[in-house]
Amino acid sequence: MAQPNEAQPLVQLAAATFRRRTLADREGVLGRLLLAPAFLYVILVVGVPFVLAILLSFSAARSGSLSFSWVGLSHFSTIIADPQFQLTLRNTLVFTIASQVLVMILATAAANVLDAAFFGKRAVRMLILLPWAVPVSLAAMSWAWIFDSTFSVINWTLRASGLFQGWLYWLGDTELAMIAIIIVHVWRTFPFATVVVLAGMAAIPLEIREAAVIDGASFWRRLFQVNLPLLLPVVTVAVLFGVVFTSTDLSVVYLLTRGGPYNSTHVLASLAFQRGILGGDLGQGAAIALFLLPALVVVAIVMLRLARRAEVGA
Amino acid sequence: MPFDSLRSLRAFDSERPKAMSESAKRASRMGYVEAKDLHKHFGEVHAVDGVDLSVNQGELLVLLGPSGCGKTTLMRMIAGLEEPTLGEIWIAGERVDQDVPPRARGIAMVFQGYALYPHKTAFRNISFPLEAIGKSPTAIREAVDWAATMFGIRPLLARRPRQLSGGERQRVALARAVVRSPRVFLFDEPLSNLDAQLRAIARFELKQFQREIGTTTIYVTHDQVEAMGLGDRIVVMNKGKVRQIGTPQEVYDNPADTFVATFLGSPPMNLVEHDENTLFGFRPELFLPRPTFPPHEDIRVYHLRVRQVEHLGAGRLVYGYLEEESRSDQPVIAGLPVTIRTPIAEDQVYEFAVPRRAMRYFDRRTGLKRQDGPA
Repeated sequence: MAQPNEAQPLVQLAAATFRRRTLADREGVLGRLLLAPAFLYVILVVGVPFVLAILLSFSAARSGSLSFSWVGLSHFSTIIADPQFQLTLRNTLVFTIASQVLVMILATAAANVLDAAFFGKRAVRMLILLPWAVPVSLAAMSWAWIFDSTFSVINWTLRASGLFQGWLYWLGDTELAMIAIIIVHVWRTFPFATVVVLAGMAAIPLEIREAAVIDGASFWRRLFQVNLPLLLPVVTVAVLFGVVFTSTDLSVVYLLTRGGPYNSTHVLASLAFQRGILGGDLGQGAAIALFLLPALVVVAIVMLRLARRAEVGA
Repeated sequence: MPFDSLRSLRAFDSERPKAMSESAKRASRMGYVEAKDLHKHFGEVHAVDGVDLSVNQGELLVLLGPSGCGKTTLMRMIAGLEEPTLGEIWIAGERVDQDVPPRARGIAMVFQGYALYPHKTAFRNISFPLEAIGKSPTAIREAVDWAATMFGIRPLLARRPRQLSGGERQRVALARAVVRSPRVFLFDEPLSNLDAQLRAIARFELKQFQREIGTTTIYVTHDQVEAMGLGDRIVVMNKGKVRQIGTPQEVYDNPADTFVATFLGSPPMNLVEHDENTLFGFRPELFLPRPTFPPHEDIRVYHLRVRQVEHLGAGRLVYGYLEEESRSDQPVIAGLPVTIRTPIAEDQVYEFAVPRRAMRYFDRRTGLKRQDGPA
């Protein structure tokens, strides 16, 4: 009789501790708590600078002074009239479109090759991804040497193979410098696009690709009528990222040519950096940097809609 | 499935030249599709391990077996999607296993998930094989129209696969297979994605269609009911090897070994230990209470200690142990049709009997059927 009496409070105690709601049980609170760091990050590191940049573009702010005077759209009218800005805008469009077209062609081709089974496939996959993993400054140094006016490896190879006897001043000629920038940027970004396309190909059911083989379609027919249409949603997303990333990137330009020769290879981001940070005209720098924002938002909306329609139609 | 246009199919087919070529002559001496000592090894795994097979022209041959038995790999080798490790494949008198790509083998395949092109309309799905061989748009329209009419899907031609039901998708897949008049159909479990109600109808329609069109067909399934219902002949496979080939009735009545005996039939054949070397087998539906047999029938009587009775609506399953063959620790099952109303209570002993013609003996060690009864 004594034993059950003693045991009873113990059991109740255990039940009471067990019954108490802990933080882990309160999903509403826990959820907010776990989201807080990400939320703070977005507000402080993305949101505030973004709003600040928009405000700056309407102000006469200069570095080194705390004054903030509203000048409306005057920065925008100034830069639109500026021939340097016009050239830079044109460069940005050429740079973005040319590199994205090349990236998508190369990435689709590379993904199709890597999708096939062959010996050493894993090693080749690793190698292809390498340019993406190499620090851009390091890569730019190698490329600067490849395009060097005296030691250019390309020129040497062309001459040694007897294909071209002249001497190309890669970074000294305005058009060749732009081509060089595009080459390096393509080299740098196509590995990631390849991985995205490869993932998209893996998502196409094997049965469908085999059905196309059984149905007697040739390689090109399978590529253009079956594989590529089914890849469209994924490719669209890859292009979207590529366009946004490329049109706002300055690293290759800055490391390879610093906008030269004669400021002929600037893109919006590098010009904004030069005018805003190096030149101290924060307002104009912000206006240049933000110039493509409305266009990019439209591009993003259109592409995401396309991707969704392709998926729904599928 | 309306078959009004099947008559026109024959006309369609006869447009093709029928000259007796050398290969056609050879084909008439051998099976229309033949596999000779066919192997497929994936590393250590022998998915197909020496299969000899001969499919007659116009027949529907079912490859039946549990998953992993090699039936799908065998079909994929015939299709050309898989290269044999060893052995030969012949289609219509032409050796195809070495350098004939799938598109040149004259085969059409219906996949388990139908494998329709999700971004193409039903029309473009069906026309795709014809576009690939460069038919004129007029010829393509005619052929698609003909195939779509045959499967009753003409109103659906503008839709995409996502807008079609499972049964409709299956018909589009069949239309795509039939549209270029292949020499051989390959079906890879085409009914397994349909729900049970639809499946019986689809099975009936498929058989009707195959009989009318008369195209040699190889059909892979793991469903023994489907195999029994559809097949002119059944090939039972296990572990990469053919265990038995025969008509559904032959395979069911005279299984070549204990695997076939227990794989076919639901519930499977009862196997009890007869003596040291012999297993004794009999079908549950032929193991019935003694009074159900007419007096002149040659039967063997056993005493069944009943452990459990299941009422399944369409009949009863009686589980119990044979008093005479006590070494078996597995229960034997008697499948009593609803027409036999003999009351049976659990934990009682009853006289059950097996007709002598239905008694089968297997070697205990090899599992193989013994022609001469118990050793």
